[in-house]
Amino acid sequence: MESADLKLDGNALGGLLGEIFVSEMTVARSTCAACGAVREVGALAVYAQAPGTVVRCPGCDAVLLRIARGEGRIWLELRGVSCLELRTGS
Amino acid sequence: MSFVTRGFRGRRRETDESGRVPPGQYRTDDFPVLSAGPTPHTPLAEWSFTIASESGEELARWSWEELRALPSETVTVDIHCVTKWSKLDTTWEGASVDTLLAGIETDAAYVTAWSDGGYTTNLPLEDVTDGKAWVAFGYDGEPLDPEHGGPARLLVPHLYFWKSAKWVRGLRLMDDDDPGFWESLGYHLYGDPWREQRYWGD
Ligand SMILES: [Zn+2]
Repeated sequence: MESADLKLDGNALGGLLGEIFVSEMTVARSTCAACGAVREVGALAVYAQAPGTVVRCPGCDAVLLRIARGEGRIWLELRGVSCLELRTGS
Repeated sequence: MSFVTRGFRGRRRETDESGRVPPGQYRTDDFPVLSAGPTPHTPLAEWSFTIASESGEELARWSWEELRALPSETVTVDIHCVTKWSKLDTTWEGASVDTLLAGIETDAAYVTAWSDGGYTTNLPLEDVTDGKAWVAFGYDGEPLDPEHGGPARLLVPHLYFWKSAKWVRGLRLMDDDDPGFWESLGYHLYGDPWREQRYWGD
């Protein structure tokens, strides 16, 4: 199996991020802290076949955010995102 | 964790009869591929393995050819992934970490393994010495596939398999236990499968 087979797009994050944020996250826009690219979360590269979920910039492969869950807890790390634009609906 | 009487254990299919599957794990004959990023494809001519001090000073370094020229060992071990699968009797070929650390004087108590692609994981030095860890480049009689961590991965079978860093390129000797990629995101600093040390606080 090639690693490309394990890569999903950011729309796979809807449910997981929906547990954390009240906004619809697949249309949120994140800025990559490494290369500055701004993309909708739905267009990011997602690696979910791991102990946690790792979201990378499709342009430079830098880790944008990481999510792990276990035993009633969720851990969220956003160090690779320099700005997150959320939709408020009004 | 729960205690299971011997009589009851015999009827639980998910509790392997061998006594070799830790609590909360199930046995699989597959070898699932887990990945937190794209598979690196470092050419062997550019590949090396480094032992470094905490400050980053290079203490020893082997090219691919030099690593392969070291004494190698073939080991058959059970592996346990924190995503709950265990695989018994996996056979690996590699160089013992003891061989790599021979001749290096250190007061370090920990190591951080680092990999192509930026992955890191932290371990006590005593958990990678005394015949407990290898830099493995062969699996089941074949060169280690890139999706399983080839050309070489760390193999530390007595801890959860995230400690067996794929695409490993070196070990940094550390005074302190510095949380690695998963250990900084809720996963246990040590990761003993027999004590079910999956997450912080376990
Ligand atoms: Zn980027």
